[in-house]
Amino acid sequence: MKTRVAIIGAGISGASIARVLSKYENLEVHLIEKNADVGWGVSKANTALIHGGYDDDPEKYPMRAKLCIKGNRLWHEWVKELEIPHIWNGALIVALRDEDFKELEGLLERGRKNGVPEMIIVDKEELFHLEPNLNPEALGGLWVPIVGQIGPIPAVIAIVENAVANGVKLHLETEVRGIKVEGGEVKGVETNNGFIEADIIINAAGLYADEISRMVGVNDFEIHPRKGEYWIFDEDIPGPRRVLFPTPTPKSKGVVVTTEISGHLMIGPNAQDLPKEEKENLATTREGLEEVWKKAKELWPNLPPRSKVIRTFAGLRPEPTGGDFIIRAEKEVWGFINVAGIRSPGLTSAPAIAYEVVEIIRRDLGINLVEKGKWNPYRKKITHFFMLQPEKANELVKENPSYGKIVCRCNHVSEGDILEAIERMKFIGVKTPSIDSIKVRTKATSGTCQGSFCRVRIARILAREYGVDLWNVTLKGKGSEIGIGDVKVLLRGEVE
Amino acid sequence: MYDTIIIGGGPAGLAAAVKAKKLGLKVLLLDENEFLGGILPQCIHPGFGLHYFKEELTGPEFAHRFIREINELNIEHYTNAYVLEIENYSDLEKKVVFSSPEGVKEVWGKTIIYAAGARERHAFEIGIVGDRVAGIYTAGEAQTLMDIYGVMPGKEVVIVGSGDVGLIMARRFALEGAKVKAVIELMPYPGGLARNVMILRDFEIPLYLSHKVVEVRGRKRVEKVKVVKVDENLKEISGSGFWIECDTLLISAGLIPNVKLLKKIGAQIDPLNGGPIVNELLETTIPGIFVAGNALLINDLVDYVAEQGELAALGAKEFIENQGIPSRKWIKLKRGSNVRILAPHYISGERDVYIYARVSRPMENVRVTFPEIRKELRLPVVKPSEMLRIKLKAEEIQKAGKEITMEVEKGEV
Ligand SMILES: Cc1cc2nc3c(=O)[nH]c(=O)nc-3n(C[C@H](O)[C@H](O)[C@H](O)COP(=O)(O)OP(=O)(O)OC[C@H]3O[C@@H](n4cnc5c(N)ncnc54)[C@H](O)[C@@H]3O)c2cc1C
Repeated sequence: MKTRVAIIGAGISGASIARVLSKYENLEVHLIEKNADVGWGVSKANTALIHGGYDDDPEKYPMRAKLCIKGNRLWHEWVKELEIPHIWNGALIVALRDEDFKELEGLLERGRKNGVPEMIIVDKEELFHLEPNLNPEALGGLWVPIVGQIGPIPAVIAIVENAVANGVKLHLETEVRGIKVEGGEVKGVETNNGFIEADIIINAAGLYADEISRMVGVNDFEIHPRKGEYWIFDEDIPGPRRVLFPTPTPKSKGVVVTTEISGHLMIGPNAQDLPKEEKENLATTREGLEEVWKKAKELWPNLPPRSKVIRTFAGLRPEPTGGDFIIRAEKEVWGFINVAGIRSPGLTSAPAIAYEVVEIIRRDLGINLVEKGKWNPYRKKITHFFMLQPEKANELVKENPSYGKIVCRCNHVSEGDILEAIERMKFIGVKTPSIDSIKVRTKATSGTCQGSFCRVRIARILAREYGVDLWNVTLKGKGSEIGIGDVKVLLRGEVE
Repeated sequence: MYDTIIIGGGPAGLAAAVKAKKLGLKVLLLDENEFLGGILPQCIHPGFGLHYFKEELTGPEFAHRFIREINELNIEHYTNAYVLEIENYSDLEKKVVFSSPEGVKEVWGKTIIYAAGARERHAFEIGIVGDRVAGIYTAGEAQTLMDIYGVMPGKEVVIVGSGDVGLIMARRFALEGAKVKAVIELMPYPGGLARNVMILRDFEIPLYLSHKVVEVRGRKRVEKVKVVKVDENLKEISGSGFWIECDTLLISAGLIPNVKLLKKIGAQIDPLNGGPIVNELLETTIPGIFVAGNALLINDLVDYVAEQGELAALGAKEFIENQGIPSRKWIKLKRGSNVRILAPHYISGERDVYIYARVSRPMENVRVTFPEIRKELRLPVVKPSEMLRIKLKAEEIQKAGKEITMEVEKGEV
């Protein structure tokens, strides 16, 4: 008999765990997500860095210190196996004042303890060789070549596609509302879509991990949201070659200046603590954005005019009591594993978190895991028409004319790309058509015009392929429909 | 090799194609949409063609007249053809790469008429913060939804911007039974043509001048927007903020010429117009590349757009006949007081030209002067929303030396 595993939350943590658990013959893995698509929680809005693992104090935050560097190393395999967009461009932690060097030396020392290779403190000359357009007043920096950047939701999608291909069952629009425990053992989860039996429950619910944990009576920690806000600029604005950090403060790694993997200059985040109840407060604020602007300018004085901004957004870090990742099997309830408080650097650590969970299942739950005869580590990336060489593009169009039809002007996303995205959405089980699902898979609507031109076109394709009325296509799941009915709906008095 | 490749099948491109064909040129017209007409098919209200056809038409009707001619004249054209790249191979040869369901194709032309229109400014560009939820549309997007695909976006609407598009959409929503709760305008005066401003009175829609929308809140869909008052320097007045409940926010905050492809090949852009710098034949700073319509500067009347298309076609013809526009002593046309937008930038005095201009602020009892050539005209009123189209005669232009300035001033009573 197979051991049934229910993973709550299809963010980067839950997805990574599902993928690694799909390697085992004797597990039946269910991945449960309340949103209409995967990766729409904390994993959606962050700085997208594969961190260097040098800044977490192993005394205070042993899990973070251990898993970050391990995760960084694992990502090198994962991005290739799963064809996840990435770049390894390294980071500079910049010293603007003489005192900053003391802090940098502290970081170097911590990095050594954590096993981070290749770090070096560079002088002014070397600094400007690495990053010519930095604030000319910078004095030097800590150079961490192992830092990289990925597309965080594309990563979640890639991992989930691979997990599903290896037998994981994804339950979307399924919210866990209770957990059944009998005789000190978990029995399954109650959801809006019925009961899902489980022998092991893994709580990877991001901001809500404290609430899920409370469902089995474990309430020794709380998650509170810490907001970070960002600006993204138009593609013709030159940005840095490296990821630029200021010298950090105890609360945060500071406002980063970087060219994100799609080629846009991005600045952010700040760090603002919110009350525990505000886990849905993803609103950008003028104060927060101003703070980011001011701080980014210290590293990168030639920020463009505000009219070159194409998007602002905010993310919420799930800050746990104590500050370290909480990854453990709970002794009082057999079968319940917390993967909670996965704040930064959770994206970096995710693959390592997944292996940590395997270890816990083996060691603490005493389950003997049997590897599958054939497990497929690979997943092919989606076609990006705009990245193809002309000959290749033409071959594709010959086979399928829809690849020649450009839908998104700014990023040259074709109808073919979008149809492929829809096919992949259907493969993992996305039921509600949404523009955001297409956006994160194809980059359509994320360019200069932010979709004002192509959103309707994408909605039409979604409506056709999903067989729904155009107005029922959503922006990001139920409740965010693009219309309320046909143009006569109000005159007929059908909507109040 | 085509004589001219026209990029964009809106009114500028259509007019250019018809004219170029009638001038005997070998023409190729490309448009990315499934249909020709550009944004006209979504503009189902009247107000098109009064100057050009001497008759008031709707957008689709206006487009239809040109499309009929395109077909009658057998002008080669592709729809679903998106131009990916322009290459200025030499002054005499240009390559255009476009994508279509038949493949990625390369075509060559002696000239290009670039008529790719404009794009709308969106919420992020005008500094609105808050939640990124459903229910926020640009005006054109809502118009497409309603008037081409028959979808009602929402029922309680706040509109940002009192330009023509915003006002026409206010009426459109009201006619469909939606409640337009407010039109919010940053400037102290409305942005649209007088006949469109009347819409607000007709439908009892409140207009807030010197106000701006700064924030949107909602869970899945817009629930409310925050509005603040600004002073005469457009600075926010603290404590003046208030919320309006609504489910839809329409952004009608102006258009920006769509000139990415031209920028990429180094055409010089006029930062105030947003479009390229051109001479009197609407040739850009790249020989043989002409531009017309909203890609040149934002027009208020489709008639001017069509006129520019035809002028660009004449330019292409002159270019082909002479292997380039003959060298001339170009006179620079310069902005004087209260002139915000001005084109063309260089004129020669060899022909009469129309100059297109917009003022920065409204003014009554106005003198428009060109001091260098001692030309003066009087207008009862000028407004930023209304483009001034002024004819300079060849013999007038010839009186100038190196430059001619356009000044808009208050006339003495
Ligand atoms: C501003 C910011 C910047 C950051 N920068 C970086 C960085 O550069 N590098 C880095 O490594 N890390 C970074 N992080 C951290 C990283 O983003 C997170 O650690 C990581 O995304 C957490 O992933 P997760 O899967 O644990 O959580 P989530 O992505 O939130 O996944 C949890 C999922 O659980 C679902 N869920 C919750 N409750 C239920 C329920 N009852 N039933 C069903 N489903 C439920 C949610 O919908 C969600 O999809 C940053 C975070 C933020 C906010």
